[in-house]
Order: sequence, then C-alpha cells, then structure tokens
Amino acid sequence: MSLTDDTQAEMRGIMARYPHARSALLPMLHLVQAEEGYVTPEGIELCADLLGLSTAEVSAVATFYSMYKRRPVGDYLVGVCTNTLCAIMGGDAIFVGLKEHLDVGNDETTADGVVTLEHIECNAACDYAPVVMVNWEFFDNQTVSSAKDVVDRLRAGEEVVSTRGPKVCRFRDVERVLAGFPDGLAGEGPSAGPASLAGLELARQRGESAPPAPATTKTTAAKKG
Amino acid sequence: MPLTPVLSAHWDEPDSFTLEGYRRHGGYQSLPGVLARHPDEITQLVKDSGLRGRGGAGFPTGMKWGFIPKDDGKPHYLVVNADESEPGTCKDTPLLMANPHALVEGMIIASYAISAHHAFIYIRGEIVHVVRRVQAAVAEAAAAGYLGRDILGSGYDLDITVHIGAGAYICGEETALLDSLEGRRGQPRLRPPFPAVAGLYACPTVVNNVESIASVPAIVNAGADWFRSMGTEKSAGFTLYSLSGHVTRPGQYEAPLGVTLRELLDLAGDVREGHELKFWTPGGSSTPLLTAAHLDVPLDYEAVGAAGSMLGTKALQIFDDTTCVVRAVLRWTEFYRHESCGKCTPCREGTYWLVQLLDRLERGGGTAGDLDTLLDLCDNILGRAFCALGDGATSPITSSIEYFRDEYLAHVEQGGCPFDPVAATVFAGASA
Repeated sequence: MSLTDDTQAEMRGIMARYPHARSALLPMLHLVQAEEGYVTPEGIELCADLLGLSTAEVSAVATFYSMYKRRPVGDYLVGVCTNTLCAIMGGDAIFVGLKEHLDVGNDETTADGVVTLEHIECNAACDYAPVVMVNWEFFDNQTVSSAKDVVDRLRAGEEVVSTRGPKVCRFRDVERVLAGFPDGLAGEGPSAGPASLAGLELARQRGESAPPAPATTKTTAAKKG
Repeated sequence: MPLTPVLSAHWDEPDSFTLEGYRRHGGYQSLPGVLARHPDEITQLVKDSGLRGRGGAGFPTGMKWGFIPKDDGKPHYLVVNADESEPGTCKDTPLLMANPHALVEGMIIASYAISAHHAFIYIRGEIVHVVRRVQAAVAEAAAAGYLGRDILGSGYDLDITVHIGAGAYICGEETALLDSLEGRRGQPRLRPPFPAVAGLYACPTVVNNVESIASVPAIVNAGADWFRSMGTEKSAGFTLYSLSGHVTRPGQYEAPLGVTLRELLDLAGDVREGHELKFWTPGGSSTPLLTAAHLDVPLDYEAVGAAGSMLGTKALQIFDDTTCVVRAVLRWTEFYRHESCGKCTPCREGTYWLVQLLDRLERGGGTAGDLDTLLDLCDNILGRAFCALGDGATSPITSSIEYFRDEYLAHVEQGGCPFDPVAATVFAGASA
C-alpha cells in the first residue's frame, strides 16, 4: 500500500486550504489516484478518517464523479470526445478505430497495461474538433491515423507532446497536479493554439480593435491610487 | 461590425499567461485605485457598465454583487465557475490558458467589492494544462503582493484557492457547484435561499463565470461608458464568440454583443466549401437550435431570445447539410442522460426514455408516433425539473422536431438513417 504518512500529511495540507475541511475531499481523492492509480478502499478509508466521515459518505462522493476510477487505469488514459460535435467531425470514427487498433472496448486497458481507452463528453475544445485527451492534455484536430500514432508511441515508450501543452506525463503525475501540487510545467506549450487566435489574427489583418480607453478614466484611477 | 479583441488582445504573445506578459499591457494597474475606493463604488461601476453574466444566463453582474448583504458579520465568498462543460462551449478554457491573470485581477476587484476575503476558482478537472496555468498565475500574483495580507498596503486581505473538480457537467450549475465545493455529490440546491444569502458554507456568496470576472479589469481601467460603447443598449460590451464545426476557420472571435452569425461566418471563411448551413446552436447544446433563417439575428440576449432560443455561452456550433439532425440530437440526449444527477424524477427518468426513443428513430425502428411521445416527454420535463439541466435536455429535441420533422419521418419511412456519417467528418474525402 502506497498511502504513507507523507500522503496523510499532504492530505492535511489540502484540508488547510479551505475554511471547512470537507471541501478538501475532491482534491484528496485526486491525491489517492496519484498514489494508488485509482480510488482504492484504503484511500476511501483514509479520507473518511481524516475528515470524520463514514466510508459510505466518501464512497457516495467518489462514485458520483466520472474522473474517479474504481479499477486500476493504465499509465495513459486516452479519452476520445464523442459528444455531438466531435462525434460528427470524426470522433466516432476515431473511437471505433482505436478500439480496433488496441483491441479493447470502452473503459478497458490494453494487455500491456499502458493505455486505457474511454469515450468522453465535451472537453471544451470544440474549435479543435475532433479532440482526443491523453491524461487530460489536449490532442487537437485528430484523425484516425494520428490518434493511432499517438497510442502507438505511448505504448512504445516514446515522448508524446500535447498539441497545446507539455510532454504527456503519467496518469498518476497528472492526478497530483489536480490534487493541487503543481509540477512546474505551466510554461510548456504555446499561450494559445491556432483556433484560439483566429479572431485576433483577423482583427490585426483588418486593423480592427476595441475603441481606445478614454485617457481621463486612467488618470483618475491612477490619481486615486 | 468590427472585431474588438480585449480579453484575447495579447494571446499571440508567447508569455501572455505570465505575470510579466500581463503587466506589460497594464495588468494589475487598476488595483491601487480600486482598493482606495469604497467597495460600493466598484459594484456601482460594474452595474453602470451593463456587464451581464457570460456563463449563459446573462444576469447583470453588478446586480448580483449588490445582493450581498452589508455588515452582516458573516464571511462572504466569491466563487468563479470555471467548470466549462456545456457542449460546444470552449471560451473560458483558451482564456484561462492564455490570460489567467485577467481572471485573478478581476477576482481581486470583485472580492473587494463584495467584502470577501477568500475566493475560489472551481476548474473542471479534465483540462490539466489550464489548471497548471491558473495555479501558476495565482502563485505569481501572491508573490507579487496582489494576494495575501494587506494587499499593496491597502489593509485588504484576500486568499484565492484553486479547486479542481472531478468530472460532472452538473457542477456548472451554480448551487451544484457549491455542494461540490463543499466536498459533496454535485447536486443542485432548492432556491431560495439564493447563494447571495446562503451560498458556500451557508454564507453570502457570489458565483460568476470566468469571462464575466475577467472582463472586470478592463471595465475598471477604461470605464463603464467605454464598455457600453460596444454592444447594444441591453447587452453591453465585447464577448468571446466560439465558432466550431463545419466552418472554414473555427475558433474564438471577440466581438461586440449583437454581431450576427452571418457576419461571424464571413470572418470565419463561411461554412466549409461546397456545403450549406443546416442548423446551429447559438450558445451550447441547451439552447434551442436555429437554422439558416436566423443568420441575421443579432447575437445578444434579447434578440436570440425573441428568435426562440437563448444566447447562452455564445458557443456557435455549425452543422452543414451532411449532418443528420437525429444523430446530433441523440448524442446530446445521451449526454444529458449521462450527466443527469439523479436528484429529480423528470430529468432522471425523462432523459432515459428520451434516449430510447431517439436511438430507435435513428436506427430505423421508430414510428411517426414517437415524435408525439418525444414532445410529450419534453413537455413533462421542461419547467418540472429541479434545475436547468432538464430544461436544457429538451431544447435540441423540441427545436429539431420543429425545424426538421420531415427528416425524423424520413428515418421512419426509410427504416434507418439516410445520411453517410463519413461525409460529415472533417477528414471526408481525405485518407484518414
């Protein structure tokens, strides 16, 4: 079991971020996944002990949210968006293609334990459809072949870089960030991807902008400051 | 109508998400002036600007702040809703990735206005790089003295906690978000009491969308009149319109409220070549579908409402003539069924049966009578569900039957879907 005294200390640290300790439960469960790879019975017990809750109360929360896994997940959780827009733009074909290619069904892990495949709901990147997420990093504008290439490289242990972020970390490493422990990778990747800049670039080409701020307002604010 | 990049004005700079990049363009300069004024003056300024909530409902932001009681002896809280999950909605994610400090500065201003000393950002967990950028921005702001004790010598204290969700669309509903932030299952609360009276930990709480709060520094810097010089009388200011789907250049287009889809499509290079617009959502999947007949509807709160839909999150999902509307609506309905929190019967049971009917129609086993059953079911969900999720689930169904009844019937008559799903993909015609 990997839930050590250090984990307990980190959980107490999460509890201290909030005026009421129970608010820490969601990030604490992310930390359980960081340590254990999924939400284990031991993890639920530890959260319950620290927060003064019953294990039933903690389980009730853990089972409500789709990011908490009740079985071990591979090193890389590959999620294909099959909500309407991505599905129509090609997400359905990508999901079918990956299922065949990896010989797994939805929410199943490859025999080598490296990739868990699932279909996911809208991930707020519709202007980059079809979208695939690997451990919750963006892989924008995917095709069936590009998605197959991504999972092949993951399984071969090669470096795989998000289209708008860093080199993909392991599932457990990402869960640690979600528990509120930064990994120092915020500076990786561009400020914005191409679609995010579509309007801005057009505005520059056309010489369009918001009206200038009236000079008086700024002066007033500065004076009062 | 010209584009008006404000929030997105510097996203093409490689360090736009850093403190240095943000300060280069006047970031945090408003704070000394703000912290020297009475909090009520700040609320009044935001009221005067006409800023309305950018998360979908369009409620006036300053008015929301004004509902917070004064000198009630309780802690007050600001909670920013960064649980962007409405299908089609993809504006807060790039905003936080490229310009998180606009949110942090806006949170300091808003918290000061409502006399809060602890503020929270609730970010959905499935966007880890956004989480990293926001965590870093909050840390940078704290190190620079914009957060913590006695901010810039003003005597005002504020802490910000970045809180990460765990996958539940319902947590975008503000009272479900509060339950989730309290460490519970994300289920909506009965209102009243409203969060302004009894929100987080039963204390007065303002819940605002990311884009609403990120717009506040610009309003403070340039004034309410400047903000009102963009947009319409009742829908003031600039906003992010997100174009996705069968459009030549999908992406974020920051423009004054009231721009039309025709104008936006002109900017985005129109519907993809060789195809025509079939249907679109003005503001995510919970807003009733519109068609080519609505290309000239001004995209503001009033005009979209008058056209029978809602402005919502300004998530313009564009679908061309290759798209089967029944398939599109089925998929959205499966989403609502999956995301229904289970608290109320109309939504929990209703979405389950809606999926059964739509699935059988799409696969060719439906009957013409199924359309009446669908509408009857929707009638029993709309207005009878505990929160807006149930209402939203009915929007794509009722609007698609209104505009595309014949297409539903074609599925019945032909015993299946008449569309080729490959033709609708972005890689149609190319080797995928």
